[in-house]
Amino acid sequence: MSFNLLKIWRNEKSREIIVQIIVLIIFGWFISWLVGNVSGNFEKLGKDLSFEFLFIPAGYDINQYLISYNNRDSHLRAAVVGLLNTGLVAFFGIIIATIFGLFLGVLRLSKNWLANRIAYWYVEFTRNVPILLHILLWHGIIINTLPHPKQAIDILDVSYLTNRGFYIPKPIAEAGIELFYLFTIIAIIFAILFNKFSKKRQENTGKQLPVFWINLMVIILFPFIALLLNNFPISFSIPELKGFNFRGGLHLSPELIALTFALAIYTAAFIAEIVRAGILAIHKGQREAAESIGLKPDKVMNLVILPQARRVIIPPLTSQYLNLTKNSSLAIAIGYMDLVATLGGISLNQTGREMETMVLVLLIYLCISLSISSLMNWYNYRVKLVDR
Amino acid sequence: MVFDKKNYAPGTHPDLPPPPGTVGVVGWLKNNLFSSLSNSILTLLSLYLLYLLIEGGLSWFVVDAVVNANDKPGCRKIGDGACWAVIVKRFDQFIYGFYPLAERWRIDTSFFLLFIAAAPLLYPDIKFRKSMLIFSCLYPFIAFILIKGGVFNLLTIETNLFGGAMLTVIIGVTSIACSLPLGILLALGRQSRLKLVKLLSVCFIEFMRGVPLITLLFVASTMLNYFLPPGTNFNLLIRVIIMMTFFSAAYIAEVIRGGIQAIPKGQYEAADAIGLTYWQTTRFITLPQALKISIPGIVNTFIGLYKDTTLVVIIGLLDPLGIGRAALADTKWNGLSTETYLFVAVIFFISCFAMSRYSLWLEKKLSTDHN
Repeated sequence: MSFNLLKIWRNEKSREIIVQIIVLIIFGWFISWLVGNVSGNFEKLGKDLSFEFLFIPAGYDINQYLISYNNRDSHLRAAVVGLLNTGLVAFFGIIIATIFGLFLGVLRLSKNWLANRIAYWYVEFTRNVPILLHILLWHGIIINTLPHPKQAIDILDVSYLTNRGFYIPKPIAEAGIELFYLFTIIAIIFAILFNKFSKKRQENTGKQLPVFWINLMVIILFPFIALLLNNFPISFSIPELKGFNFRGGLHLSPELIALTFALAIYTAAFIAEIVRAGILAIHKGQREAAESIGLKPDKVMNLVILPQARRVIIPPLTSQYLNLTKNSSLAIAIGYMDLVATLGGISLNQTGREMETMVLVLLIYLCISLSISSLMNWYNYRVKLVDR
Repeated sequence: MVFDKKNYAPGTHPDLPPPPGTVGVVGWLKNNLFSSLSNSILTLLSLYLLYLLIEGGLSWFVVDAVVNANDKPGCRKIGDGACWAVIVKRFDQFIYGFYPLAERWRIDTSFFLLFIAAAPLLYPDIKFRKSMLIFSCLYPFIAFILIKGGVFNLLTIETNLFGGAMLTVIIGVTSIACSLPLGILLALGRQSRLKLVKLLSVCFIEFMRGVPLITLLFVASTMLNYFLPPGTNFNLLIRVIIMMTFFSAAYIAEVIRGGIQAIPKGQYEAADAIGLTYWQTTRFITLPQALKISIPGIVNTFIGLYKDTTLVVIIGLLDPLGIGRAALADTKWNGLSTETYLFVAVIFFISCFAMSRYSLWLEKKLSTDHN
């Protein structure tokens, strides 16, 4: 008997099955222990698991919303408003971070010693300080050092910086704006198609077109022509000082600005290092070979270095975007109403449903992360170099 | 150019000096700052930026700054630069939190001992490494007894008095120490041939990496009690440390997995060929190589974890940031956020920068490449 058992244990296949069964039993026991605890605790507190609270009026105000919202709307709508606010910060944060990060990355690669050192110390100082501190610092600077609306910092008489936020002109669409939208879409589609066409042409004939400049012209000119045709169907609402505060225009709250700006400059420091590492990762023989066949410096960069560096840069870049989105949850520290502050904050406190609200918040973030990382895996698979 | 008129036999001509302007200060300036027109413009712009920074920064930070005052109006009477008085007055709190004054030597001692305990781990070729490692293993218990008290006539200190930089170090060091072994196990689990083990590891890692840390801390502070037997109630600090450990273990697992995958297949084939078991292969082949490759990534994760300890302020623990916010809530110092946050930022910068330098040093030391 014992001989047989030993034989089973020594067989690799059967041993694997035994170990997995043991793991399954332990895991099952652990889960049932957790479930038992939860149900015991719920019974003791007289609670039940129910998501009906999502449909009762939230009863709290949100100072910034992209879709209409008032305090008689449901908790569900409040959560959606919060999610959209998260999206807003993430969207602008990512754009600013990318532009600034690329700029810093180029400076870090520059042969100019002074610019290089300034970029280096900027990157080191920014990324070695916690993001929460960045957010609080910028929020504090706006609230505590900018002037009151009465002495607002005036930019060209149309925009004002105050300690209650920034006021900028707000474009208002009037009749005839549809043509503008249509032309913009057409210009973008043209740009994409033209890009494809010229790539194919280059592969077939080796001839290159100034794609970037032509596309830029088209994207600026087309919508402009549309505006011209309909006699500029856009007016601007200019902020004006009325009493103690500004009226009209677009109000950007200090929380929104501080959060977007802090997330952007923090992430930019990481992006700069990613860009630098990506370009340095290309073997120097590639550059030398490109130069020796007589390519000009910008061609070396665009045709040889960047296409290869892109493969190295994009995966960590996406994870930085994901980090930025996740870090936007720190909004709660300055009172910006994002998903965590609405559903996981005030809704949680008002309904007392910790379990349900937190599970929803976790699931939503998990969905965002998993969908982005599966996109990433697909991209990696597509651009992967084939090896053994 | 100086041309020698003398005739030399081939190969005997002395070396000419390098052309003027290519060496020395002038040459350096020419090569590094003014090599082309665009480069010169960049240099001038950088110089202007530096001038603005130094001119504005120096007067605010140093010249007009006030160190001695009792409140913000007091500061403003003396100078209109930074009011560092808020830091000076509360410096003790920034370091020790609300730890009783008479007992602070215990914090100092454990902090000092931390360096002795960490030395053999951080410097591979220190003298008496073996015997020092024994102390490193004992250190967690010594530190716990020293800081928390309760035995040997030491006063018990409640954890809600913990705060300041000391709290950051406690949370940081404990989570780091616990998350490395857990991270290694998770990484091995993810690479395991056992489907079930692999599935569980992947789920755990992806969940932890997919959600923001702050939501996990909320889970720790609001929801964790539901999952424990009814009636248990344990310390918030411990709950936070557990969550931080899980969180960074997931990230470390991914870093180490990268290291494991970077090991050439031949290594495993060789290990199999000489008949090593799975655990022998792991112990002698996989981990030594994988860990070495992943050191920079691991240290980066640690730096991230250390920075993330500031998040505990949102669920009500008083790390340096929390102490700073408490100071700002005081009407005496209301509105001095820039000074306070900059001070905390500098504390974090120094420690994180030191860690990243250490990682670079270790990377160089362990490198066995031929260049």
